[in-house]
Amino acid sequence: MGLVVSIVLTLLALWVVQAHALSHAMLLAVILVLAVLQIVVQLAFFMHFTESAGPRYHVSALALGFVFTFCIVAGSIWIMTFGGTQPY
Amino acid sequence: MSLAHEEVLSHPDHDIPLEYSTEDGVLKIFGFWIFLATDLILFACLFSMYQILHLNTAGGPTEQDLYNVPEFMAETLILLVSSFTCGLATLEMRKGHRGALMAWLIVTVLLGLSFIFLEVREFVDYVGRGATMQRSAFLSSFFTLVGTHGCHVSLGILWMLSILYQLGRRGIQAITARKVFIVGLYWHFLDVVWVFIFTVVYLQGVMH
Repeated sequence: MGLVVSIVLTLLALWVVQAHALSHAMLLAVILVLAVLQIVVQLAFFMHFTESAGPRYHVSALALGFVFTFCIVAGSIWIMTFGGTQPY
Repeated sequence: MSLAHEEVLSHPDHDIPLEYSTEDGVLKIFGFWIFLATDLILFACLFSMYQILHLNTAGGPTEQDLYNVPEFMAETLILLVSSFTCGLATLEMRKGHRGALMAWLIVTVLLGLSFIFLEVREFVDYVGRGATMQRSAFLSSFFTLVGTHGCHVSLGILWMLSILYQLGRRGIQAITARKVFIVGLYWHFLDVVWVFIFTVVYLQGVMH
């Protein structure tokens, strides 16, 4: 089940890119959403991430990791747009 | 919550997986989740760097010149299937089947090796076409990001081989079960990172 969903998500992403049906920004948004769905599949089907012998502290740790990840990626890209178009 | 926690720990064989049956196992699994969260931050830095630099090709080869759809699709599908076989290994361990557990781990290792083989071949091909790491900011960030993932996968293969050896000698018990479970988490995590490399590096690269 997890395998089928993960492969379908991958092929779907390849197809939207190759079909040239959407604008650049839309396309980027769509494939990023597909990638996030893929994470959910991996966490839920394969990593059993809600499973634990006690309080689920690791879910909080993981959530914090995702927050940092988002801040680093979005923050870096945002800041670097202030540099204009010159090569770095 | 903490009462339930103690109760579960005091009944090791009551409906609780072997890897969670000792306090040591529980702590080590939790520690590994924290490692994964920090490793995620390492990859976040490399992804931001790639996203910022990928158009700075300094007149050298560009993404469209290099990326080859069948090649990166093969790498992606191999890694996705290996994540699945690794999941099957954990399920067989829960049922106490040592033979099936080891067989699925071996399949996972073989898929991992074919992934590394394809990736090395891809890198060698790029370098042969003048796309070396020092050619442009794009290529430096490409090789750093994809190469760091490749190093993680290679380490994972060695790690799984050492666990296979321990399973062969000691069978499934609390310690080896915990090790199999943790290497499984690591392997699925690498698959998650690859899905983002697939999306951000390869799909974005062939999109224009």
